[in-house]
Amino acid sequence: MADSNWLIEFPALSRDTLRLLQRSIDETFREFSRSYGQALEDFFEPLLWFMIWFERLLLNAPWWLVIAVIASCAYLASRNWKMTIGVIAAFLAIGIFGMWEDTMRTVSIITVCTLLAIVIGIPIGVMMARYDRAQATITPVLDVMQTMPSFVYLIPVVMLLGIGRVPGVIAVIIYAIPPVIRLTNLGIRLVDKDVLEAANAFGADFKQRLFGVQIPLAMPNIMAGVNQTIMMSLAMVVIASMIGVKGLGQPVLKAITNQYFSMGLFNGLAIVAIAIVFDRVSQAYGHRIQKHRQVGH
Amino acid sequence: MAKIEIENVYKIFGDNPEAALARAMAGEGKDEIHSDTGHTVGLHDITLSMEESKTFVVMGLSGSGKSTLIRHINRLIEPTAGRIVVDGVDVLTLNDADLRQFRRTKMAMVFQRFGLFPHRTVIHNVAYGLEMQGVEKRHRQDKAAEWIETVGLAGYENSYPSQLSGGMQQRVGLARALCGDPEVLLMDEAFSALDPLIRSGMQDQLIELQEKLHKTIVFITHDLDEALKLGDKIAILKDGRLSQVGKPEEILLEPADDYVAAFVRDVNRARVLTVDVVMRPPSLRLTTENIDAALREMQGHRDDFGYVFDGDDFRGVITERHLRRAATTNGNSSVYDLADDSQTVTADSVLEEALPTILQSDTPVAVVNNDGEFRGVVSKRELIRVLTEHREEPDEAAQEPKRTGP
Repeated sequence: MADSNWLIEFPALSRDTLRLLQRSIDETFREFSRSYGQALEDFFEPLLWFMIWFERLLLNAPWWLVIAVIASCAYLASRNWKMTIGVIAAFLAIGIFGMWEDTMRTVSIITVCTLLAIVIGIPIGVMMARYDRAQATITPVLDVMQTMPSFVYLIPVVMLLGIGRVPGVIAVIIYAIPPVIRLTNLGIRLVDKDVLEAANAFGADFKQRLFGVQIPLAMPNIMAGVNQTIMMSLAMVVIASMIGVKGLGQPVLKAITNQYFSMGLFNGLAIVAIAIVFDRVSQAYGHRIQKHRQVGH
Repeated sequence: MAKIEIENVYKIFGDNPEAALARAMAGEGKDEIHSDTGHTVGLHDITLSMEESKTFVVMGLSGSGKSTLIRHINRLIEPTAGRIVVDGVDVLTLNDADLRQFRRTKMAMVFQRFGLFPHRTVIHNVAYGLEMQGVEKRHRQDKAAEWIETVGLAGYENSYPSQLSGGMQQRVGLARALCGDPEVLLMDEAFSALDPLIRSGMQDQLIELQEKLHKTIVFITHDLDEALKLGDKIAILKDGRLSQVGKPEEILLEPADDYVAAFVRDVNRARVLTVDVVMRPPSLRLTTENIDAALREMQGHRDDFGYVFDGDDFRGVITERHLRRAATTNGNSSVYDLADDSQTVTADSVLEEALPTILQSDTPVAVVNNDGEFRGVVSKRELIRVLTEHREEPDEAAQEPKRTGP
């Protein structure tokens, strides 16, 4: 590439330089994963242990008991009989079509992912709402997390932790956590300034403001974030199955590679059914805890 | 000592308040500083002293800095310069924990847009102050229930604020502020968002409560009638500066500048001023029981009537004609018995109430206090002068408020 050509051709780095750059990045990372991979695996050991325990719990419990527990959760959250009956019907259908075990695996991983996303995401959202600088730093990170194709960050995760449940959960959380963080931040920032000032005037401290005023009033937004997070983790189930997460994603993957249309359809529909159950129940719960918003005057 | 002392407080809004502060202290005007530096002078050298158990009203139009000022008292806003002393303690020296304690126990605030917690029921809103004080749940619920009843909302304990009308919501706000038994009540345009009729009712309720509670109240308003109705003392604020501080009648009768004069022009004085403001000492006091002696005294005087006293006891008013007739028909009767004490007005009634009595009487009417003791007299002429004098001022002077600052 002659020097005079730079106006016409983009003056890109030479192929050798690029190769060197990529290789050095790869080697550094490989070196990193070699020295810290074991430590990280040990760090995630309790998580793995919990996930296996929870999955076994769901798989070993009699099916009717599992359905009863899920149905009563749905009823407690929504206080709606129609919705509860719908939930029971959905899970019965899944069982009849022979997808019970895969569904239980998926439900268990989704539950763990959602819980972790809430536990990690809400404090980050609170911090973002409190410090503008935190918001300025974290927002672009969330943008990257949401737009980066999931396959790309599957690579380093697999390099670090190999194939299995834990890397699957991490991949799912990276993809699904942004909504709960964003909406917690937004919800707290949207809390009426007058109400917050009143709390201040009565001498509320940081904790009393946060748990007594800000989080309760931000609840509709936080619940919308949790809801989105659940939906997005379900969407990741198929991709996560590529790195060894068992559940409804694996038959779908098999169906894609072997062109089994009906197999893909059934398992896909099972994912949809779980999604609808989780979505409706969490929304009904979010709505119900906001009963003070229903103006009765 | 006053309950609340505000000393030379300046508040400048902007990124670099110190620089703008120097210019404000040098006496530059708000507009100049704003156009040169982009800083807004919120408060300019405010010094006020608020007495214990009195209602102090700060009045001003929007942008005058009144809401900024009230937030300095509980330090929701920090001043750029100056001191705020409550009960001898400089509020600005308190650390975070002491400030919270101070806000929990010393004062409570009522807000223009209520500031109620929408996710708490009425009773939990009212109990909030006690909750912050760490009062045990059962006790604070009982106390809150009492206050809800006092403000007339019994039966709404378990409603949410959104289920109540504006007036009812502000009653909750008032109950919430009073429930913690604060020494100082800060009311930031507390009634401004309410309908006129409801506002008037709330004002009456506040006056009634204050007669029992004797709190130190700082009341912010943009409504002069409200200020005159509630205030023991009124401060008028314009563009962050004090225009005048004084009792309601001082503001009305001796406006310090054209700005205040323009404000008070349209006030219905008859409804605001009380009789004691226009009352004068009687021109002639008669202390004798003897008719002839009384007549002799009266003849040496320009008026043909007198006010009869038995020692310190006021017995009534008597005219020369009446005395003469009595002298010819019944020379032995006592002046004390002849004096007419049927026409009196009380000192703290407003002129509007006293008007019929004063106008129907031929002589200036005696003014008594609530215990019936004589205080002075009020004449038709004095009454008319007070009610009409401000209308004779030239209009130009009153319509263009004087510019303050250089």
